[in-house]
Amino acid sequence: MVDGALVFEQFFNGIQLGLLLFLLAAGLTLVFGIMDMMNLAHGSLYMLGAYVAAQVTLWSGSFLLGVSVALPAILILGICLEAGLLRPLYARGHLDQVLATFGMILFFNEFVRLVWGPEGIEVPLPSFLKGNVVLFDIPLPNYRLVVIGVGLLVALLLYLLVTKTRTGMLIRAGASNREMIQVLGVDINRVFTLVFGIGAALAALAGALAGPILAVTIGMGENILIQVLVVIVIGGIGSIRGAFVGAMLIGIIDILGRSFLDTFFKIFLPVNAAETAGPAVASMLIYIIMALVLFFKPQGLFPAKTG
Amino acid sequence: MESRAQKLILLGFFGGLFCVPLLAEWTSTPFYLDLARRMMILAIGALSLNLIMGYGGLISFGHAAYIGIGAYTVGICAEHGLTNGFIQWPLAILISGAFAIVFGAISLRTRGVYFIMITLALAQMMYFLGVSLDRYGGDDGLPLSERSNFQDLIDISNNITLYYLVFLALVLCLLFCHRLIHSRFGMVLQGARSNEKRMQGLGFPTLRYQLTAFVIAGMMAGFAGALLANHTDFINPDLMHWTRSGDLIIMVLLGGMGSLAGPVIGALVFLLLEEVLSGITEYWQLIFGPFLILVVLFARGGLLGFFSKRGNQGE
Amino acid sequence: MKKTLMLGMGVLALVFAGPQAMAAKAKKIKIGFVTTLSGGAGVIGKDMRQSVEIALDHLGNKMSGIPVEVIFEDDQVKPEVGKQKTEKLLSKDKVDFVSGFIWSHVVLASRNSVVKAGKFLIISNAGTSKIAGRLCHKNIFSTSWQNDQVPMALGEVLNKRGVKSIYIVAPNYAAGRDMVAGVERTFKGKILGKDLTKWPTQLDFSAELAKARAAKPDGVFIFYPGRATNAFFRQYAQAGMTKTPLYSVFSVDSLSLPKLQQAKLQNVLGTFSTQFWSPDLNTPVNKKFVSDYRSKFNAYPSHYGAQSYDSIMMIADAVEAVGGDLSKMDAMRAQMRKAAYPSVRGKFTYGNNHFPVQDFYLRQVVKDGSGNWTTKIVQKVYENHQDVYAAKCKMKKSW
Repeated sequence: MVDGALVFEQFFNGIQLGLLLFLLAAGLTLVFGIMDMMNLAHGSLYMLGAYVAAQVTLWSGSFLLGVSVALPAILILGICLEAGLLRPLYARGHLDQVLATFGMILFFNEFVRLVWGPEGIEVPLPSFLKGNVVLFDIPLPNYRLVVIGVGLLVALLLYLLVTKTRTGMLIRAGASNREMIQVLGVDINRVFTLVFGIGAALAALAGALAGPILAVTIGMGENILIQVLVVIVIGGIGSIRGAFVGAMLIGIIDILGRSFLDTFFKIFLPVNAAETAGPAVASMLIYIIMALVLFFKPQGLFPAKTG
Repeated sequence: MESRAQKLILLGFFGGLFCVPLLAEWTSTPFYLDLARRMMILAIGALSLNLIMGYGGLISFGHAAYIGIGAYTVGICAEHGLTNGFIQWPLAILISGAFAIVFGAISLRTRGVYFIMITLALAQMMYFLGVSLDRYGGDDGLPLSERSNFQDLIDISNNITLYYLVFLALVLCLLFCHRLIHSRFGMVLQGARSNEKRMQGLGFPTLRYQLTAFVIAGMMAGFAGALLANHTDFINPDLMHWTRSGDLIIMVLLGGMGSLAGPVIGALVFLLLEEVLSGITEYWQLIFGPFLILVVLFARGGLLGFFSKRGNQGE
Repeated sequence: MKKTLMLGMGVLALVFAGPQAMAAKAKKIKIGFVTTLSGGAGVIGKDMRQSVEIALDHLGNKMSGIPVEVIFEDDQVKPEVGKQKTEKLLSKDKVDFVSGFIWSHVVLASRNSVVKAGKFLIISNAGTSKIAGRLCHKNIFSTSWQNDQVPMALGEVLNKRGVKSIYIVAPNYAAGRDMVAGVERTFKGKILGKDLTKWPTQLDFSAELAKARAAKPDGVFIFYPGRATNAFFRQYAQAGMTKTPLYSVFSVDSLSLPKLQQAKLQNVLGTFSTQFWSPDLNTPVNKKFVSDYRSKFNAYPSHYGAQSYDSIMMIADAVEAVGGDLSKMDAMRAQMRKAAYPSVRGKFTYGNNHFPVQDFYLRQVVKDGSGNWTTKIVQKVYENHQDVYAAKCKMKKSW
């Protein structure tokens, strides 16, 4: 039994999940595409953003203040990391980058445990974000609406930045052909630092937003990192547009799979088998989608690289 | 590829490993037997990954899946009363190989980061499959009712016997890899790593070579899985989780990629450090993490490269 | 190259140097306690360790006049690490008893090592059906429960309260499926739907909550331990399901309640869950345990802690019974089977499979005198309840 209102609501949920993924994917895909840098520690920035925002919220009682402290804090941390630790790695292969950034994940996780303990911290939701808006008899939580609003706004700003500004032109040029802009005499390091900083701030924003609705805990970064990697690979590495489409696709498909796969399997399978297969396939779904996309489009949906 | 220094290091390690049971007996600390055995089994896993990663340039982020498939084959056989090792082990190798053919054929359509991600995706599917296999314990896993039975030939229910069998297996796998990479096949594989187009131009069907290497690596990992199931007397889907694949990659890199001794030493050092550091402090990853970063920054070509002063492997 | 060879041998030498120094012959009772100390689940291990400390305080660190040492090991929630640590405890530390174990897969992997070493295994939490059934053993005891029992009790509660229909949401892993099977076994009303979510990574429940709301059930049954608890309650409130009561097992406890309170999730207050124990359970031992725990650690202990406390007390009772002569395995076992030790749950008995046959209670979340959230017992649901897997265990009660 599938009714229209439920399908509509699940699309809403899928878009919200997709936009959260997009916030992380946008930064990661640029770092990946432009610097050819495989940064596994992107998830750690997300985690640190969530922790800083939660902590400041608890101290000050203001969620907005929490978010506005977390963003610049992680931005600065990102820039320091880029300049201090990651820059020597650009010239190395992906594998060295994997090893080093994996080391960073271990460090940050343990650091967070040392500072905040293993429990994680809880942030109360600000009262103006509680409750929901009822639309066609469907209660849409305010908080999820805000996440959607912020996600769309960021997408729009990024679109404008990348397509309408000189910096954006450099970023696009960097993503498609790195050597070329070096030849043109542009200070590539400045572009790199900028891109990494934007990516870090967006990760912190995603973490701060996810905190009050999901959970602020150690390891939250790795869990989402895998999903985000799936998103950018589907979208095509280095492509903001790809990241957006990929995030939406994964968000919506994941939600729809969780919602309707067991019902779907019940059409042609015995109830017991359907109840086992439904959740099992739902948890594999994003990987199946990625394998399918790569099978037909080995460079992802929107390949950014030309060379 | 191997310098004299590397051979000596390897020899030293094997000498040490050979003595572990004696030392463990002498100091009556059989626990170290267990640790050293696990090191050697994972060393076989890392060695197999290095075949495709170090020599083939194909970074598989899902190699733990084959270890899991090998282990599950043994576990499922034992659950149904089939404990004959002469059937179990070849079956484990064959089934891992079969999965590797299919997964390799799909993955090898892509290269670079896309290859990394698609191997990850396929391995995660196997992980979730394991979680949903209620008949075989789901994520709780399945204790092995008894170890593989090799009739009158050898009795691996004895821990020391199993230890030396694993030791022998590691040596044989090393020799096999040595032969393989110095054969024409190995040369083509390495040629394709550095310049795939040129090799194709020379008339080598590189894809077929790469797929073959992928399958051989999968089978060897499946063998390691069969050993691991006997080692822990237990299987569970965690064996196939992406973090385990990550561990394998790190073992290879830590020791030094693209050399035979590297992955073996990487696996040993990885597990040894984990053991020693976690004994010192609960926050051991606070030390281990930066240690990895230092290895990358200052020891190009891994520990082996660093110590044999010939670190020129890199990617 | 000589340098490197020396290094390799040096590392090996380092590893082997440790144990020899430790092989002193102190007359001591050693207990190995395997739990999770690192990662997010470390919070459970912390509670267990603190409860063991309280037990040792109460015992004056002595059993039958012999000093006691408890060695804690971290399993990292990984079965083979747990097994390796168990082996280490048995062979290097030479412990006399192995206890602890939060996770089913870790205890399943470690079981054989303890059995082969001929030592006692006192499981303080993991309620796996395999060890309650087919894999039961004369040297294995549990101080907790079998997974199914708690949701079965909840199913009975739902029947008694006249709940006609429920919607089930639980994580898709072995314990999650056990919980669902348990409530399905006893609940007589209609199950309008059930969702099994990805574990442990999925913390967004928007899709499942939308389905649950659309199904319009009388109540929602959940099992979400650890960090998922808060995420679920929070999203439940936001999804506009304030009118539908939430029933939970192993989700709302002394570990999660302070966090739920910190997050000001008012909808948790008043919710029901079932359990064999609650901080307010009125037995003399429990009162002492809870008040001493609270004054030492300034928090309520959880059931994990209560079970760990019991594990140590049970070992102490067995050691006392043989006057500290640990070679008398049979006599110690006979004493353990009597369940004569001072347990937090009061008097109970052991079933043929060495799992407790005990009472289960309905608990409600309330504010205590100083405004902290805790659980309060509402009524007894089951008296002397035995798990269904006992029948699959080959041991007979005639022992």
